[in-house]
Parts: sequence; C-alpha cells; structure tokens
Amino acid sequence: MKILVCISHVPDTTSKINFTDNDTKFDTNGVQFVINPNDEFGLTRAMWFKEKQGATVDIINVGGPETEPTLRKALAIGADSAIRINTEALDGYQVAKELSAVAKEGNYDLIIAGRESIDYNGGMVPGMLANLIGASFVNTCISLEVDGETATAIREIDGGKETVSAKLPLVIGGQKGLVEESDLRIPNMRGIMMARKKPLEVKEPQGAEIETKAVSFEKPAPKGEVKLVSPDNLDELINLLHNEAKVI
Amino acid sequence: MKPDLFEAPDYYNLDDLLTEEHKLVRTAARDWVKRDVSPIIEEAAQKAEFPKKIIKGLAEIGAFGPYIPEEYGGAGLDQISYGLIMQEIERGDSGVRSTASVQSSLVMYPIYKFGSEAQRKKFLPKLASGEFIGCFGLTEPDHGSNPGGMVTNFKNKGDHYLLNGAKMWISNAPFADVAVVWAKDESGRIHGLLVERGMEGFSTPTTHNKWSLRASATGELIFDNVKIPKENLLPNKSGLGAPLMCLDSARFGIAWGAIGAAMDCYDTALRYAKERHQFGKPIGAFQLQQKKLAEMITEITKAQLLAWRLGSLRNEDKATSSQISMAKRNNVEMALKIARESRQILGGMGITGEYSIMRHMMNLESVVTYEGTHDIHLLITGMDITGLNAFK
Repeated sequence: MKILVCISHVPDTTSKINFTDNDTKFDTNGVQFVINPNDEFGLTRAMWFKEKQGATVDIINVGGPETEPTLRKALAIGADSAIRINTEALDGYQVAKELSAVAKEGNYDLIIAGRESIDYNGGMVPGMLANLIGASFVNTCISLEVDGETATAIREIDGGKETVSAKLPLVIGGQKGLVEESDLRIPNMRGIMMARKKPLEVKEPQGAEIETKAVSFEKPAPKGEVKLVSPDNLDELINLLHNEAKVI
Repeated sequence: MKPDLFEAPDYYNLDDLLTEEHKLVRTAARDWVKRDVSPIIEEAAQKAEFPKKIIKGLAEIGAFGPYIPEEYGGAGLDQISYGLIMQEIERGDSGVRSTASVQSSLVMYPIYKFGSEAQRKKFLPKLASGEFIGCFGLTEPDHGSNPGGMVTNFKNKGDHYLLNGAKMWISNAPFADVAVVWAKDESGRIHGLLVERGMEGFSTPTTHNKWSLRASATGELIFDNVKIPKENLLPNKSGLGAPLMCLDSARFGIAWGAIGAAMDCYDTALRYAKERHQFGKPIGAFQLQQKKLAEMITEITKAQLLAWRLGSLRNEDKATSSQISMAKRNNVEMALKIARESRQILGGMGITGEYSIMRHMMNLESVVTYEGTHDIHLLITGMDITGLNAFK
C-alpha cells in the first residue's frame, strides 16, 4: 500500500498571534512551527500501516524552504520520503491543485490529510483533492482500517459516529481518534540520524490559480471588564442587562 | 505537581544561530522531558529514588554519548547538540542530567578517547543504548579539589593489576555496570581503569540523606584488593590531564544544563507573576517583581550566548579548559541566583513540590560544587589571565 500524508507547517498552539503589514500578514517572528496536529494523528496512523501492513509512507507539503524542518521531523518519526512543492500556500484550492499533481503521479492508494490545519482552519483541501484526483473521500475520520482494496473508516457526525466502507484510492480528512495523543511519537535519535539520509524532493509548482485572497485579519477583542452583581440585587442585574448590555 | 506548561525563552532569537538538526534534536529532548520526566520527577526526588524507567528514553533521545561516532553506537552529533540535550534534560531535573552527563562525558568519552578498540567495541554500544550504566571515580574522601593527591592505587601483579582505595560522591555508583576509575601506578602516575560490577572486592555503597540531586543515585566506590584484568587499563593516555579532559567535556554539558534549570525557574516565575493577584493587580505589575524577572531574562540570554559560543569553539576544537571553566562557573551561579529569586516570586508556593523551583535550587547547590567548585573555577580564570597560580 502506498500512502501519502499531507503535512501542514503550522504555528505551535502556544504561539502568540500577531499580524503585520496592516493586519494582512501573519507575523512569524519568534514563532515555533510544528506538524499540524490533525496531520500528526494521520502520520502516526500511517506509521501503524507501515509497521503492521508493510505500507510505504511519503509526506508532502506545499510551502517554502522554511517548512523543511517540519518535513524532516516527520521523516525522523518514520516517513520514508518527503516532497515539498516550492510555493507559498495561499488558498485551499491552490494547495489542493498542487497536491493533486503529485498524488496522481504517485498512484497512491491512501492519502491522509488533516481535517483542517490549525492556522487558517480552511478545512477544504482534503475534499478538493479527492475530487481533483477522482478518489473517495471521508472527512472527520476517527478510525481507519484497510483490508486489500477496501477501507473501513469511522467518521464523527453530529451526536454520533458513522462507519463508512470505501474503495481505494481514498482521501481522508483525519483528526484525533485515528490515534490518541498518547500514541504520538517523539522522534528518537536513531530516527533523526536516519532522517538525514532520507530523500526530500523539492518540486516546482504547477502554478495553480489562486482564487481567494485574505484581505485582512482581526484578533478577537480583549475580554471586557466583568461586573459582579449580588444575588440579592436582581433589580440591578436587570437594569444592567437592559440599559448597559442592551440584551433584554 | 502542576502540568508542565514550559515555554522556552529566546529573547535574542538565538534559534537563528542553530541548525535545523539542532532544533530537531532539542525539540525531541524537550518533548520527551515533558512527556516522561516532568510527570514523575517530583515524586522521585521526594522519595530520593532514581527513576530507572527513564534510562531507555534517555538512550532513545540520544542523551548517552550524542557526539560519539555512529560506529560505536553514538549519534555522531556536534557539541551544540550535546549542549542542547543537556539543557533540555536539566530543564526537567539536574539529577537526571547528571546521569546523562556522567554516562556521556565521564564514561563514554574516556573509553572512546583513551580506550583500546576492544574496549570501545565492548562498552560503547551498550552504554549508548542504556543497557550499561557507567560511573566515574576521581574524587576521594580526602582529595576533592586536589585530585592529584589521590591515594587510590594499583600494583602490577604480572597477569593482572591489584587495585586498592576508595572514591566518593560518585553519581550512578550504586547501580553502575562499569566504573572508569582513576588510580596511581607504582610510580605515582595516574591511569584510568575499567572496573566492572561483580569483580571481587569491588563494592558501591549508596550515599543517603542528600538534600540535593535526590532523583539521582550517588555512592562510593570501594576497592579492596580488586583484581583488574590488564586489558581493562585505558592505554592511550595517562596523567592527571586525562581525567581533566573528561571534566572539560562534562563541564561544557553543565554550562548548558544550568541554562535549562534557569529557564524552567524563570518560566515558572513569569507565569506565576502574571496570574497571582495582590492589591488588585497581578504581582508582575509591581516594579520589584519586574526587576527580578527582567534581570533573570537578561542573565539567561547572556548565558545562552556564552554557551553557544563555547559550543562553536568546541566544534572547532578550539575551546580551552579555562574558557570552559568560565562558562560552567558563570552559568551555574546564574541558575542558582535565578532559582532563589524565582522562589521569592512564588512566595510560599515556591517551597512546595507543586512547582519545580525549590528542587532546582537544591540540585544546583550540588552543581555549583561538583566538577570543579565555584571557587576553583575562579582560580582557573585567575591563573589564566595573570599567569600566576593561586591554588596553593
């Protein structure tokens, strides 16, 4: 089985978020980048397929050279080879289109992407990619088994779970549940040493058209002051809700 | 113990001075400490037990002989990588870092540098994997800062050596499989000998009731007519310079490790100062607390630069022993002062095991003394700049 895992290079969840250029660009100064957590669950599940079912695992990212440390970490965790499509990722369709060229060429049986990246939270790439390459698609996937040409996936739906059977090739939008947080792997020294020698191929982009453009970003407003009202003074509460908050 | 929320300070964007691989090695060590050390270390320290279950993890992240070549089981990394691993481990606990430092710099390093090919092949892969734990015997009950005065000695008995004497304050001693022991031959010349557990007359009693490095095992090495096979003598260097070269490597690791302890104390104090309210505002809004925190980050930043530069010099094989002394002395004192100041910011909470600060502070009291005391390192700098010996 040939697996391709899509890896987004995203700010660590503890990063302080700021914008530059008149709130049009994310300020990367001092920010640590990590493998997108939804992708990391998928990568870890891919390692299971590699170890138990003899799958090969390639990883791919659309981004500039600054994303290579993230790919190298995924190689140190155990992926076999990496591909970087050398262009800035600006919109979901562009990323899906660029990924699709490699996905078609590589004849992958299974493509594992995260349900969404935790930076811009677009959540569009896996579905678009599946459509562009004519593969089946299961989103919000929390369990995945493959037997021969058939995959059995469980996806999260409102208030429950749905079990889906799909023919390969298959694209999934994965998340926690594919594996648990305690299953995530820290690269060991042997892995880091082996990652030095694994191929990291840089491909030039197809030049997919960029359909959307972020105009500006805005951070949530700081929390306002809290007014505490004594339970004995409900009139005051009603007064405040009516006259100040203007919600009743 | 509170969850480990550590965020590493990098005030001068020093990460830009590191390679991609340095950062990968550091992240792996940092993540491992968060996952496997932080949750268990406070209890281990309170109970004064070395957490043996972390030995495998230490080996996996490359903490045992990271700069030893791959053919002997090491990782073939550079000196800055070694420093970063020590920094991250000591961020968790100085005692755990001590175990890794001793294994790497005081056991694997001398076997690699001064050992025969057979000794390297026999010991290094097992030490790198954690299957063997090693210790280093130089200090004696009556010879600490003056190791050249040692009385431990061995006599040539034809087909073997006969070793007698005792060593004290030996990290890892109680469970070490092999000890690198420095002893005088009949002419008074110092040599290194590999003493293996199980050799008749060799015992390793544990040192009890320590208030420092409680999560690390310390003991004595006692040699009572121990027969040492001749192939266990390190053949390629003798004299006091040999153990001092090992100490250079270990002190370099300490200079980095101390930054880890300081960063953990600073990070804890900074978070606490922003969350703890008194007189209607966070205590971090008061000038006296800001002074403490601002001075801490300044000192950490200076120490990081010192360690990075020293690592670069060591990578080029240009660092002198005196330069290493300066970094060890400066950075450990820096960490100790930051531990004390951080403890004050936390007030009463600072003395509890809910936070790591007091444990770091007690650990650093050992670190400031071992591997050359704070005062001796000052005299090394003094002698280096004046050319005059003030030791005796």
